Amino acid sequence: MTPEIAAARFGFGPMAGRVHDPQGYRVTPGDPADPLGRYTTAAALAQVDALAAARRARNRGNAAAEAEFERIRAAIQRDFRDRAQVMIARAVDAAQPGPAGDFRERLVWFWTDHFAVAARRPRERMLPVAFADEAIRPHVTGPFARLLRAAILHPAMLTYLDQTVSVGPGSRQGQRREAGLNENLARELLELHTLGAGSGYTQDDVRQLAELLTGLTTDRERGTIFDPRRAEPGAETVLGRRYGGDPARLEDIEALLDDLAADPRTARHIAAKLARHFVADDPDPAIAGRLAAVWADTRGDLAAVANALAADPAVAAAPPAKVRRPLELIVAALRALGLDGAAVMALPGAAVQRRLVRALAGMGQPFLAPPGPNGFPEAAAAWITPQRLAARIDWAMTEPAELVRDLPDPRDFALAALGQAALGVVAAAAAGAETRAEGVGLVLASPAFNRR
Amino acid sequence: MDRRAFLRSTLALGCSAAAMPVLTHATFAAVPGEGRLIVVILRGGMDGLDVVRPAGDPGWRALRPRLAADDGLPVGNMWALHPALPGLADLWRKGEAGAFHAASTPYRDQRSHFDGQDLLEAGTAQDAPLALRREGWLNRMLQAVPGARGETAFAIGREAMPILSGKAAFSAWTPDAALRLGAQAQRLLEAIYHDDPLFREAAADALSLSQEREGDPDEAMAMVADPDAPMMAPVASPAAPERALAEIDRFAAFAADRLRGETRIAALSLSGWDTHVAQASAIVRPLARLERLILRLRADLGPAIWGRTALLAMTEFGRTARENGSGGTDHGTGGVVLTAGGALRGGTVHGPWPGLAERDLYAGRDLMPLTDVRAIAGWTMRGLYGFDRALVEGAIFPGLDLGADPRLVL
Repeated sequence: MTPEIAAARFGFGPMAGRVHDPQGYRVTPGDPADPLGRYTTAAALAQVDALAAARRARNRGNAAAEAEFERIRAAIQRDFRDRAQVMIARAVDAAQPGPAGDFRERLVWFWTDHFAVAARRPRERMLPVAFADEAIRPHVTGPFARLLRAAILHPAMLTYLDQTVSVGPGSRQGQRREAGLNENLARELLELHTLGAGSGYTQDDVRQLAELLTGLTTDRERGTIFDPRRAEPGAETVLGRRYGGDPARLEDIEALLDDLAADPRTARHIAAKLARHFVADDPDPAIAGRLAAVWADTRGDLAAVANALAADPAVAAAPPAKVRRPLELIVAALRALGLDGAAVMALPGAAVQRRLVRALAGMGQPFLAPPGPNGFPEAAAAWITPQRLAARIDWAMTEPAELVRDLPDPRDFALAALGQAALGVVAAAAAGAETRAEGVGLVLASPAFNRR
Repeated sequence: MDRRAFLRSTLALGCSAAAMPVLTHATFAAVPGEGRLIVVILRGGMDGLDVVRPAGDPGWRALRPRLAADDGLPVGNMWALHPALPGLADLWRKGEAGAFHAASTPYRDQRSHFDGQDLLEAGTAQDAPLALRREGWLNRMLQAVPGARGETAFAIGREAMPILSGKAAFSAWTPDAALRLGAQAQRLLEAIYHDDPLFREAAADALSLSQEREGDPDEAMAMVADPDAPMMAPVASPAAPERALAEIDRFAAFAADRLRGETRIAALSLSGWDTHVAQASAIVRPLARLERLILRLRADLGPAIWGRTALLAMTEFGRTARENGSGGTDHGTGGVVLTAGGALRGGTVHGPWPGLAERDLYAGRDLMPLTDVRAIAGWTMRGLYGFDRALVEGAIFPGLDLGADPRLVL
């Protein structure tokens, strides 16, 4: 594996032409301090509340309330843009410069996508940001069980997968008003987050799990809470094991999550997903087998699993067959152009919105807004459609000139961005371009730069 | 939110002309027939009682003292169109536009935009298995049509169109994504994509789709709609109306181009219908855009193709029968499906009318739904493409009872 391929496979490509020993892409356990700060769940919940209150006032109808509603909505949009800027800057290099930090950032995005959440209403806009910062980021190199608890019990997940409207039919609240069980979180928890589809659980398991999860909801002050008045009375049997009883307790749900984390099917499911994300759309199954073995040996130590992936000889030997996701592409382009995290943080808000956030949406990856709980698609062909490729080419041809004062010589740029891969048609094309902008654009639009 | 299948990917590539050089227009056209189906999803919940006004029903004025201040544009004894729709009223009087009133999906009582739209586009019952609810009904129709290809159906616009997503191939494009490259840059790009078929074919499609639109002055000045705009909000800036209409023109022109060629099905969406406040002014722009879309499609398709076209404009739910305290309406149930096109019998309001007396309302607040939106779409497809009843009720809208034939397709 060349240093350029390692940089693209486990990181976001070379920074201004600098590459590292492929062995450097190893993560350590722990949660490094974050120079740009985290966006808190409390702040996101306060925004949910503020816009909901403003909407109620507006619907009662007066001009001042309308203006206030618009003001809060604009503030939320601004916050979202500002935090997108932070998250992109971190990926560029602002969190932890060097290959270990690059790999950690890629893992943050992998897990953020694995536990996909999105805002369904304007007021919920900041919840996925807080989720990525507080539920995912601190846990990507710890035990999977800890990540699973943090992700499933976060208000963003409970809101997105309708746990907040699920009420045990036999519970005190269920008896009093028209409310019932919602199976959405239970189903996705088994199918997407842990065991995997077709791994042998039944509809009855889903139903029982949904009953076990009742009581779990959110509160505007405290975030996630367990409200026994919503909890279905009695014990539930999920995957042959009994949980809970009376009184219903959060600890029973946590015990269930720990059991799911420890289930070997979870290890196999996620090992296969890691291989598919980092190596190929249809990777050699032996890779996932080895990762699942490490998972079993270390009881789901995510740093050990990630490092086993990076050290696997079959991974090193695999050709660059994956297509970079739009976020990876843009971050890699910023790095190739020589923008570091500080330069990204120095961009004006309008530039962030137009040249980064909106561009991502055009390429098919709206920021922190996956199309469903299964996250963004993995297959190369899902990203390289006529419409989405046009957006990539268009960005490559026009935005670099807006982002850096002096565009590099396209021939040097091809070499710095692609290394060995540039020796060939891309370098020739870059050399034959009419303008610097087109030359740079051709490099960034090339299959070599868009694959990893 | 339910997961949406995201499978257009591999299959969407099938639309590349380069990929299928042997398929002739004739073999293609023979399969799905000559009828054109255009589905417009009106996101946000269009107020059917304001758009197609039951001016002859005394309950209407009583429920809506402010919104019913103006009678609207009469189309027959009972009905009037919203005053912002003069062009559509003309079309109506020519028999080229009509409506179904008191129509809805099976969605009841929850009144969420998102779930309502999911169900509208999935075309299933509320309790259908998840796998079905993750597919769009237009996609299930494509799966049922032998010989349907990527080019047969087009999702137009930047937004995802779940109505078309699923196992069958379809194409997606927005005229705003135009790819403009100089000749030299294009040649060099073709060179670097030459050995990578995925990139080569996608770029070839992108370039040919863009070039067909070149020379359009609107296009060169195109302002890209902000994909990051508030999710349910209408366009609001002062310069927006003209720009929004110019965007509609580009969408219509693009759709008409495709539909004059191999495409038989087009799906797109218009938002801005969530009129909780000051509806009398808030609904004017969305209506103007909808009318513009229909009129431009008619003009750009030309008489022959328009004569074979069926356009259905549908929304996730209607709105409350009563106006609310802020001059708007809230999420309701029964609503309107607008129809247009030379292939459909217009000039009339189809379907039964429940009335607006207190006892006639659904849950005491909404227009009672009497016609299933899916049956309207089902009869349209049946008339347009000759599908048998079992196909519509079994494969496209599983579990639907089509009911009596509204004799919609001419």
